[in-house]
Amino acid sequence: MPPFLYIFLGALAIVSALGVVVQRNPVHSLLALIATLMSVAILFIGETAVVVGFLQIIVYAGAIMVLFLFVIWLLNLQVETSLTGHLALKFFGSLAAALLMTELFFILAPRHLLVKFSREPAGYGSLASLAGKLFTDYLVAFEVTSVLLLAAVVGSVALARKPPGTDDPWVAEKIAS
Amino acid sequence: MIPLTYMMSLSAIIFAIGVAGVIIRRNIIVMFMSIELMLNAVNLAFVAIGSRLGSMDGQVIVFFVMTVAAAESAVGLGIVISTFRNRETVHADDLTLMRW
Repeated sequence: MPPFLYIFLGALAIVSALGVVVQRNPVHSLLALIATLMSVAILFIGETAVVVGFLQIIVYAGAIMVLFLFVIWLLNLQVETSLTGHLALKFFGSLAAALLMTELFFILAPRHLLVKFSREPAGYGSLASLAGKLFTDYLVAFEVTSVLLLAAVVGSVALARKPPGTDDPWVAEKIAS
Repeated sequence: MIPLTYMMSLSAIIFAIGVAGVIIRRNIIVMFMSIELMLNAVNLAFVAIGSRLGSMDGQVIVFFVMTVAAAESAVGLGIVISTFRNRETVHADDLTLMRW
């Protein structure tokens, strides 16, 4: 990956990540988050993790973000009020995040990592190598993940449906108003 | 190839922004989005280190993180819808029933 591309994508990711936090409108936050996900996905592709980068675009930006958007529309949250106040919270929250960032800079410096870097083998990052790893070494985790997804689907349907037997006064009130 | 320090610094910055979002914002949906930011920062670190080690394990872990994030957001948004139906709010400060 050429350095100017890294600088451009990194700056784009940081700016749009800040946009997620500072935007008042949740839809604008969501769009900024999609921009961040796209930049990180292209960084993945630049790091020779091609399959994971495309999965990031398809699964994250394509599926999960649409789920967020549906919920924002369903709950009618386009306008957000009362963002003022909590100045102490904002100040100390930003301070804590800055301290955490400094700490991470010190921890994640490569001289502390004590790893021996090596060249990438042939076919690194391809779909075949990912699937080969996924279906041999991580087979149990893969199967458990499918059970987890099934449980999440059933659980979210059970959580979000209307209580049975009610006439749903919430919807009636929303239509009437 | 980009030096590992730069990739890890970018990951740290995005992670810290996500932490700040969870602390500062009181809208539950925006807090969820900040959690997704943190997950992405960790994914970036996994991919960066994995590609320098020449091992596929980092990308497999990223695959699992994406799956768990999908499950987490499905369940979380279900909880948000159910809460909104009962309490008419997505503001975290208004949900004080279980606060001692």
